[in-house]
Amino acid sequence: MEMEVLNLTAVGPAGPAFAAQVGAEAGTNAFSCYQCGKCSAGCPLSYAMDYQPRQIMRLVQLGLKDEALKSSTIWLCASCATCTTRCPREVQIAAVMDTLRAMARREGYPYKERSVAAFHRAFLNGVASGGRAYELGMILGYKLSTFEMFKDIDLGLTWLRQGKLKLLPERIKGSASVRDIFEKVRKLEQEEVARQREGRPAAHEGMEGHS
Amino acid sequence: MKYAYYPGCSLHSTATEYDATTRTVCQTLGVELEEIPDWNCCGATSAHATNHLLSLALPARDLAKAEQMGLDVVAPCAACYNRMAQTIHETKDNEVLRGRVSAVIGADYEGTAKAKSLLEVLAADVGPKVVEAKVQKPLKGLRVAAYYGCLLVRPPAVTGWDDAENPQSMDKLMTALGAETVDWSHKTECCGASLTVSRTDIVLKLTRDILDAAKAAGADALVCACPMCQANLDGRQGAVEKTYKTNYHLPVFYFTQLMSLAFGIEPYKLGFARHSIDPRELLHTKEIA
Repeated sequence: MEMEVLNLTAVGPAGPAFAAQVGAEAGTNAFSCYQCGKCSAGCPLSYAMDYQPRQIMRLVQLGLKDEALKSSTIWLCASCATCTTRCPREVQIAAVMDTLRAMARREGYPYKERSVAAFHRAFLNGVASGGRAYELGMILGYKLSTFEMFKDIDLGLTWLRQGKLKLLPERIKGSASVRDIFEKVRKLEQEEVARQREGRPAAHEGMEGHS
Repeated sequence: MKYAYYPGCSLHSTATEYDATTRTVCQTLGVELEEIPDWNCCGATSAHATNHLLSLALPARDLAKAEQMGLDVVAPCAACYNRMAQTIHETKDNEVLRGRVSAVIGADYEGTAKAKSLLEVLAADVGPKVVEAKVQKPLKGLRVAAYYGCLLVRPPAVTGWDDAENPQSMDKLMTALGAETVDWSHKTECCGASLTVSRTDIVLKLTRDILDAAKAAGADALVCACPMCQANLDGRQGAVEKTYKTNYHLPVFYFTQLMSLAFGIEPYKLGFARHSIDPRELLHTKEIA
């Protein structure tokens, strides 16, 4: 029987720089993970993921950037932080998932879980335009971008009848200042991406703020 | 005791009964709430899944307003509370990051205001003894499973006011009201809230696990402190039953609804008609309301 040989000690194409960058952005030390698997045993979403959280940590350590950023794991992570809470090495795994999602989006990786990404986009569009979440608009925006037109119609109608969904968004007086936050962040992110493409050193916030 | 009040978006839409009973309970207990003027959405999971700086800037705009008021913030929603606590935690010893956040929000953010969850304020600052003294209608014979969910108590480095694996604060409050609480396994298991629209199948499974555990522990109802948990456990309970051919009929209360009830507020003021699993039948059976 022929077996595929996997060299698990070799470092992937992105090299150790990838783990260093992920760690710096997430405010944690990605190299600390020693693969005990406690994160994955406790993760309520792990049953649905293509890579276990533990495996994502290993992909990061090995510099296998494409594998990590194309995984379903980074989108299915519900940010409950069971992993971070239980990690004996104090690796902030939930923060690593955030970093990987943000990285996948800004570097234009295809989303393994398109519907999850579409939800986040629809949610934030509402916040950016009125300053507050607008559930009904978010649901409609989500449906338009995913073509899941008839999903959750029952619950939606029940909630409309119970008065749980507002027909019109709440627009705050300072909605322009909230829009401005989104604009500034977008600009800073574009500058950051350009800097990285040109190989200039990243100007992230530093690790000392996280613990 | 006075706090800057941050209701958050859900308490203005799917969870107005949580907002109303929060105000009632705080008034009864002498906790003064002053709403943060013109507050914006904290960004919730979607912001921190998208851009780190955005996830800090959105809560910081609200926190900066609370600083102007000279008050600490109280947030009833577990997700809002968690985002605010996270922002404070990450910027606390990082002047550079605070400067970046201030530049993005166009206001000075110093990080001087604290953020607390409503459960922490009522269970720790006010305390079960004071709560017990206000009880007019004890919730005798009601067995509840206190469900904390994920964001109230995790990660402990950010939250830190109750045990991350086996929290007790809500249990103690419920006991003070005369109710019984069950020991059970899923107190802090995640309901998958941020996936509720996009991967409903996953949320139905996680919700089923929680409902199964509560039922097995002999609970009559669940009590929670988060509008997303309530929406999933209550609003999707029918779909869970249909999908998994189970039968729970477990009402899901906000802890402030049960506090209001025990304080003698008339049940019709507590928003029970907005629940998918109507709790009035249970309360009637137990001769509580």
